[in-house]
Amino acid sequence: MILTSWDRSGWDPFSEMRRLQSEMNRLFDDSAPSHSFPAVNLWQGRDSVAVTAELPGLSSEDIQLSVTEDTLTIAGERRAAADGEHVSWYRRERPEGRFSRTIELPFRVDPNKVEARFTNGVLEIEMHRPEADLPRRIEIRTS
Amino acid sequence: MAQELSRTQSRGLTNGEGAQPARSGRVYRPDTDIYEDSDHIVLVIDMPGVASGDVDVTLERRVLTIRGRVHASRPDTYRSIYTEYGEGDFERAFTLSEDIDEGKIEASHKDGVLTLRLPRAERARTRKIEVKAA
Repeated sequence: MILTSWDRSGWDPFSEMRRLQSEMNRLFDDSAPSHSFPAVNLWQGRDSVAVTAELPGLSSEDIQLSVTEDTLTIAGERRAAADGEHVSWYRRERPEGRFSRTIELPFRVDPNKVEARFTNGVLEIEMHRPEADLPRRIEIRTS
Repeated sequence: MAQELSRTQSRGLTNGEGAQPARSGRVYRPDTDIYEDSDHIVLVIDMPGVASGDVDVTLERRVLTIRGRVHASRPDTYRSIYTEYGEGDFERAFTLSEDIDEGKIEASHKDGVLTLRLPRAERARTRKIEVKAA
């Protein structure tokens, strides 16, 4: 009976909680980049763009890279340092599990001209602009 | 057990802000997993960008200090256009409990991850006592 009277009065004891929760979500959304895995930096060269990503503990075989015209996707899985029943954890800060991240590139790149290197847990992907997109120098003829 | 001693800046979207200035840049607190199995305490420490030769582990009066040096090698032709993580050295310290056999700590480093295996001293391990049937 009490429940139905709440319905009629329109008072929802959970509305405040939902409002707070959505505010919290918004707060976290604002800082989303720091929670995305892996963390990336972007670098621009004369006719190329480089993406570096921190992926400690992984090697090239653990990662799938795919490049479309203007996006780069880094996907893979980072396994837990240990598992099993005989293990007790004191601290677990290192991110683990499957991940996939798509990064928008500042310009179109040639998917056939991609170089990737992996050194000490840092992945470096270098992509080049398609030949056709390169700025061309136009000669001015003097008559 | 290994207990954290001091804290340096956590990583993330920092642009280096708030991190402690050091040698030539910043010092970050590396993400660390600590777990215990049957006879070891294991520390797994993320140090992306640090080569094996640039990791330094010291133990002094039960304080285990881990340092890693990053050599940022960005060609001059590249300029930064977007930054989510700062490049800098890593440092973190832990205090070890008395039951760790300090002489037998093993360290290994691979793909930017440092793993330290700290064996528990023989006497500290739980001993199984067999009950004999009378």
